[in-house]
Amino acid sequence: MDALLLARLQFGITTVYHFFFVPLTLGLSILVAIMQTVYFRTGDPMWKKMTQFWGKLFLINFAMGVVTGIVQEFQFGMNWSEYSRFVGDIFGAPLAIEALLAFFLESTFIGVWFFGWDKVSKRVHLASIWLVAFASNLSALWILIANSFMQHPVGYVVRNGRAEMTDFLALITNPNIFTQYPHVLAGGVVTAGFFVLGISAWHLLRQSNPVFFTRSFKLATVYALIGAMMVGVVGHSQAQEMVQTQPMKMAAAEALFESADPASFSVLTIGDLTQRKEVFALRLPALLSLLAYNQFTGQVQGINDLQIEYQKKYGPGDYVPPVAFIYWSFRAMVGAGTAMLGLAAIALYFALKNNVAGNKLFLRLLPWAILLPYLGNSAGWLLTELGRAPWLVFGVMKIENGVSPASVVSNIYVIITIALFTLLYGALMGVTVYLLRRYATHDPDQETVALGAY
Amino acid sequence: MDLNTIWFILICVLFSGFFLLEGFDYGVGILLPFVSKNDDDRRIVINTIGPFWDGNEVWLLTAGGAIFAAFPHWYATMFSGFYLALALILVALILRGVAFEFRRKDNRPRWRSTWDWAIFIGSLLPALLFGVAFGNLLRGVPIDASKNYVGDFFGLLNPYALLTGIYGLALMTLHGAVYLSLRSEGEVSERARNIAKKLWLPVVVLLFVALGASYLFTDMYSKLGVDPGVVPILGGAALLSTIWFVRNKHDGWAFLMTALTIVTSVITIFTTLFPRVMISSLKPEWSLTIYNASSTPYTLTVMTIIAVIFVPIVLLYQGWTYYVFRKRVSKKSLAA
Repeated sequence: MDALLLARLQFGITTVYHFFFVPLTLGLSILVAIMQTVYFRTGDPMWKKMTQFWGKLFLINFAMGVVTGIVQEFQFGMNWSEYSRFVGDIFGAPLAIEALLAFFLESTFIGVWFFGWDKVSKRVHLASIWLVAFASNLSALWILIANSFMQHPVGYVVRNGRAEMTDFLALITNPNIFTQYPHVLAGGVVTAGFFVLGISAWHLLRQSNPVFFTRSFKLATVYALIGAMMVGVVGHSQAQEMVQTQPMKMAAAEALFESADPASFSVLTIGDLTQRKEVFALRLPALLSLLAYNQFTGQVQGINDLQIEYQKKYGPGDYVPPVAFIYWSFRAMVGAGTAMLGLAAIALYFALKNNVAGNKLFLRLLPWAILLPYLGNSAGWLLTELGRAPWLVFGVMKIENGVSPASVVSNIYVIITIALFTLLYGALMGVTVYLLRRYATHDPDQETVALGAY
Repeated sequence: MDLNTIWFILICVLFSGFFLLEGFDYGVGILLPFVSKNDDDRRIVINTIGPFWDGNEVWLLTAGGAIFAAFPHWYATMFSGFYLALALILVALILRGVAFEFRRKDNRPRWRSTWDWAIFIGSLLPALLFGVAFGNLLRGVPIDASKNYVGDFFGLLNPYALLTGIYGLALMTLHGAVYLSLRSEGEVSERARNIAKKLWLPVVVLLFVALGASYLFTDMYSKLGVDPGVVPILGGAALLSTIWFVRNKHDGWAFLMTALTIVTSVITIFTTLFPRVMISSLKPEWSLTIYNASSTPYTLTVMTIIAVIFVPIVLLYQGWTYYVFRKRVSKKSLAA
């Protein structure tokens, strides 16, 4: 296997795995903070119990997010040293700022929150969970500022063989961040919403602690619905942004080989990838133009035209990302999002009728729906990152030029660490799922784990 | 003073903070099997660092981020060059981090002892390997004209670096023992104090052996001169006096002394390196320095402004948590 493929595999495995845990941290931290706020305001012990029950599941997930995040801070230097040299002037700054502003806050106040139940005042204790929620979501902002530079480089100049920062303000107000960040946040909200919905449904089906789980169900319904709507609305703006800045990604996501005006939306396309043409397609007329420009006309560029254009602009080479992969990732993401919107709407219907346990089939379905946001989140990132191929930094640096030299990091090193991380991550996933299942299916009235101490 | 120097100092501060704080976390993790007789003891031990270890570890992440932002070539050369060693550290930190959270979730003895092992190994390995890494930084490693590391993994395990690794490991374990005696009560505190008494002499011996080896393998003495200045002397004096405080049960003072030893050790290493960040053993002019490895003045300026604003804030709230959780941990305090 070649060094490039190994390095990409390593990054893919560790990063997708890390992002199994991040969205739940982002969304559930806010939801738990909301529960505790209601408890603080009303003094109702049920809300305290909810804070603690969901908080316990939050902590299991949080720990995994933290430890897998450590790898992220270092692996750019490990496997992507040429990339680190080239963009360090720009890319290192948001990473350092993320650690200084967000990681310190998050890690310090998660300690205050978990250990402080009876050691700090109620007000300070409430503040600490809000600080954790704020800091987690702030860390997402800074890492996405770094990622946005790769999607749409701004505020820089290439000088002395590397990219140098010229405008910090431009970097942090990258147009890409205004759609990508809310999209990721909404992804976190919907992940947490379905997590709580699914577990609540499991209990409601068994009539264990119906009061507790009805309340959780209703809160999560609202949360999931807001998240699902936001994900769609923001995702739409993000797609429009993408048509402007990375049209190739959009074309690949739609398997649109030839430019079209008006462009149709693919329901199912079977293509010939070596010839780069359609073999069979079922398309909805003009819908893609509508998605791209909010009107039924407007040209959306196709893969083949873009390839010609990019060759003229950037020199000879293949500028087409892995089309089939992008196409299906896009569909998995949008499909998961649509399904979640539908399910959240149904949940709202039952919640408004005050009959959340009304439909057994629906309750049976919801625990499985916990997987939907995970599918959507992962597919979304694969689309975002692989859709940028062959670019590491769009239009500036290709993936193959960013990898560590094989003379420094030999293939065998990378194979060893891939094996090491895969084994470790596989085992930890087993443990995490075991613990989450075990504590999710507990009756909140029968607490077994002490709070406030390890 | 130019911005490059300021960032060199700031990174020195971050590593000082990291080893000062995470140093006792590692020490406590390493001592876990040796100071506890039963699960109650082990819980006391773990809870002494419970609220802090995660925040302490962020000092390392911030140091890594700061190196990336301020000296990208240092970041690229060191982490690609020390590849396997760093991967081992990462695996250890992952295991250790989840172990704190996971061990309490099940009270079967086998489950708990599995995670106790994870805490032990996950503390021991980084405590050793960070010392090895810094030993290699002092000694110099093969770096070619294009700033790439051209040695292999086993080249990092040379006698000098192993010596500094063992010194670091022993010092952090002593630091952890002193911390544990300060932060716990009763038998656990007593056992930790006894271990500190036994560890002290080996640490002193290791320090002097390491200093002797540094004369042979590094340019520490030509850099620091005959009069090494107040910092190393202060560190040596602090370490020597530690035993007096331990014997007389002045746990707070003893902790202050080991803390001083750690911080002065880090400062001495950085002073020796300055203005280099990675010494090339092949050719002195191939060394990475704070100038040829750095970001642009623009980036350094932006980062300086952010650091000046936020580092004091971090110090304030992190310091505050040590105040909140200042009470000694005991069986009684855990039952409540």
